Amino acid sequence: MRALFGQLLVGLINGSFYALLSLGLAIIFGLLNVVNFSHGALYMTGAFAAWMGLHYLGVPYWGALLLAPLAVGLLGVVIERTMLRRLYQLDHLYGLLLTFGLTLIIEGLFHHQFGNSGNGYPVPELLQGGSDLGFMFLPRYRAWVVVVSVAVCLASWFVIERTRLGAYLRAGTENPRLLQAFGVNVPVMLTLTYGFGVALAGFAGVMAAPIYQVSPGMGSSLIIVVFAVVVIGGMGSIFGSIVTGLGLGLVEGLTKYLYPPAASTVVFIIMALVLLVRPAGLFGRQK
Amino acid sequence: MAASAPVLRIRDLNAFYGESHVLHGVDLEVAEGEVVTLLGRNGSGRTSTLRSILGLVGRRTGSIEIRGRETVGMAPHRIARLGVGYCPEERGIFASLTAEENLLLLPKVGDAGMSVQEIYAMFPNLEERRRSPGTRLSGGEQQMLAMARILRAGARLLLLDEITEGLAPVIVQALGRVVLQLRERGYTVVLVEQNFRFAAPLADRHFLVEHGRIVDMIPRDALSSRTEQLHRFLGV
Ligand SMILES: Nc1ncnc2c1ncn2[C@@H]1O[C@H](COP(=O)(O)OP(=O)(O)OP(=O)(O)O)[C@@H](O)[C@H]1O
Ligand SMILES: [Mg+2]
Repeated sequence: MRALFGQLLVGLINGSFYALLSLGLAIIFGLLNVVNFSHGALYMTGAFAAWMGLHYLGVPYWGALLLAPLAVGLLGVVIERTMLRRLYQLDHLYGLLLTFGLTLIIEGLFHHQFGNSGNGYPVPELLQGGSDLGFMFLPRYRAWVVVVSVAVCLASWFVIERTRLGAYLRAGTENPRLLQAFGVNVPVMLTLTYGFGVALAGFAGVMAAPIYQVSPGMGSSLIIVVFAVVVIGGMGSIFGSIVTGLGLGLVEGLTKYLYPPAASTVVFIIMALVLLVRPAGLFGRQK
Repeated sequence: MAASAPVLRIRDLNAFYGESHVLHGVDLEVAEGEVVTLLGRNGSGRTSTLRSILGLVGRRTGSIEIRGRETVGMAPHRIARLGVGYCPEERGIFASLTAEENLLLLPKVGDAGMSVQEIYAMFPNLEERRRSPGTRLSGGEQQMLAMARILRAGARLLLLDEITEGLAPVIVQALGRVVLQLRERGYTVVLVEQNFRFAAPLADRHFLVEHGRIVDMIPRDALSSRTEQLHRFLGV
């Protein structure tokens, strides 16, 4: 029993990261039509920003939680303004290739500077320890990660579905040219959306730092699964990416309990099945 | 017709979609408070003229002045903010927004915007349907919504592309009453129409468009004497 709940908790933690990352990917793909391959590298950058902040500048976890996403978001703004913007008229493939190239560069730079090994990041004092729930031991930091990720996802969903800002985003996703002809500064919207999407990745990176080792490769191992999550949920579906992210994390956890050897492939098996049955994804609109 | 400077002055406008050259020197002037139509056969370049005014074509050369401001080279959102409202041919209602979100979406482009109350008085159906997803509305309701949102935004120069297309006669009549009301309130309207019977009583002047050019103009009072010419031109 304890083993099952333990695995489900690990699944939920992973699912929280899948959800945060695929949410950003979905928002970016929806509005910019760019498959942001560099999402994983920017998640890693967020984690390193927290780590460097702590070691070089003494910025604590709480500061990093705010500053690292901001830094990553700014980096995103620069990437969009100087590079991505030039590719919108072209096929998606070019955006994918550009962001893939950026991934190699960013990861290469961190490899060069920090080598391959992981760097530990301490759990902040306030969130150390945990409590025994009877059926499982719940580390406080892990509970925090799940609660905050879900809260951030739900808040993003709320903003997108229920506010005026979100209405701009939805309308821009449908028809950016027309939205601009109505007087909305769509180019700035694109920049800020990319910045926000990658800031979410940076935020996930900071959250992940105390759980996983901070290392240059941490993003690329995660992003492959996240892409599978996005495909399963439906490219561009906001709600779909949140639910699918959490759900697949749980499925992975459950598989680890029931049949550990399949745990790392189950997501891809589901992806293949979904592609066969519903090519637009579970929550995507069938074209 | 007002004597003031034109709201819209187009000189030698050429427009291109990629390699294809669709407008070949359009000249057009519309005065404040005027209602004009662009009449022509399919593919003559009427939609392209409206899209050029908004900066929605690939490339354009020549001059398009809106209230004296040159707009060739301006980004579309800046052009809209000069008080231009656009009803596209395909209506452009956003499916992922409710009717009311569609109505409230547009930023203010002028300070003469109608209040939501005025809008609902003018288009009572929209109030009933305000929580429905935009594209669940009937064709007529979507057209009303497409008009309503630019009026709420405060546009005073309205570019309306085939607003009667595919709609039932009662709805067409209702739209006619709306355009008449706008005319009385001093809006400037450029109407692209196939339905000449709809457009005739509304407009001050009719511009005939052919092969991406304006080839003739018929003022309202010459209409009866030139009906036959017009019918021949439109091929009806
Ligand atoms: N996106 C586009 N790319 C290339 N050519 C286009 C495009 N849109 C229109 N055209 C061409 O431009 C010419 C003018 O088209 P436009 O849509 O302006 O005509 P129209 O007078 O509005 O007619 P209708 O709406 O009845 O088709 C046509 O020959 C059309 O094929
Ligand atoms: Mg047309």
